Amino acid sequence: MPLLWFLRDVVGLTGTKYGCGVAQCGACVVHMDGEAVRSCVTKMKRAVGKEVITIEGLSEKGDHPLQVAWKDVDVPQCGYCHAGQIMSAAVLLRERPNPTDQDIDDAMTGNICRCGTYSRIRQAIHHAASLQKK
Amino acid sequence: MKILNNIKSKGTYKLALTLSVIGLFLTVLVSAFTSDSRSENTLEPDTRVKKDSIQSVEAFKKVYAVLQSPRCVNCHPSGDIPLQGDERKLHAMFPKRGPEGKGMLTMKCNNCHQDENTAGLKTPPGSPNWHLPPADMKMVFEGKSAYELAKQLVDRKQNGNKDLKALIAHADDGLVKWGWEPGEGRTLPPISHAAFKEAWITWLTTGAYAPTK
Repeated sequence: MPLLWFLRDVVGLTGTKYGCGVAQCGACVVHMDGEAVRSCVTKMKRAVGKEVITIEGLSEKGDHPLQVAWKDVDVPQCGYCHAGQIMSAAVLLRERPNPTDQDIDDAMTGNICRCGTYSRIRQAIHHAASLQKK
Repeated sequence: MKILNNIKSKGTYKLALTLSVIGLFLTVLVSAFTSDSRSENTLEPDTRVKKDSIQSVEAFKKVYAVLQSPRCVNCHPSGDIPLQGDERKLHAMFPKRGPEGKGMLTMKCNNCHQDENTAGLKTPPGSPNWHLPPADMKMVFEGKSAYELAKQLVDRKQNGNKDLKALIAHADDGLVKWGWEPGEGRTLPPISHAAFKEAWITWLTTGAYAPTK
């Protein structure tokens, strides 16, 4: 069973989404030992002994800088991709607290948004980076 | 007449014959160890091999055919984005090599490429330690001629500091062998792994000659 379905169907954490099932869209991104893995192709045996964090676990009160920024910038349209977007962006901000546009391109290139909210995603990441500094 | 008589004598005749044989031997010996128009020995002089430029170049033809197949070239690209598929297009989502060849940021190779192939078409293949060569030693195969690749493969400044022993062992490297178990929808290299390994070792142990430029 892929990790995605364990999280959604067994554990009941439905924030992580199924988009393509072949690791192409990024909707299913979760953190596994801090890395942004695609849960749709991650076998359960790979997760044994690892710390897995979903969008629900990014912060206790929904106040992670990215979550605040996403609300401030009003990023989502349909919203389906944004759990994965935020989880990927969280790894980016951890590794590059002051990301350039190129860093954002490099890190977020694997997260697809059918609604085309890319410019707001970029804006929100920069905003979150500034919130992190405070 | 006097000279003819001398040459015809047994002792002189034997000496002349011996000298001829020695001269022929030396000619062959020199040509095997020096550059010629057909091939060039690229291994260091103190490597213990039985040099045979003809056999070496013939073996490398098979090696080159494998190394230019998609299963090898795709992870030895000329750029910093791996290639994908038999059509060798840029990897979807454009993950980048990164300093260590293991990807960058959220697009690290092992985030998607696990220890084994993921089942199904268009899913990430896998093998332990999935990666590209590092940024400071890219080991590019894409676009290299047979001559260029032969020289690169045995140059320790370009091949990950591999000596002859390490080069021979590399034929059984996990990522190399993955090329023959690439998962659904991916073509195999043109010869079997066993045949490749034989050609690889033959090429190396006959002097690792590079084909004509």
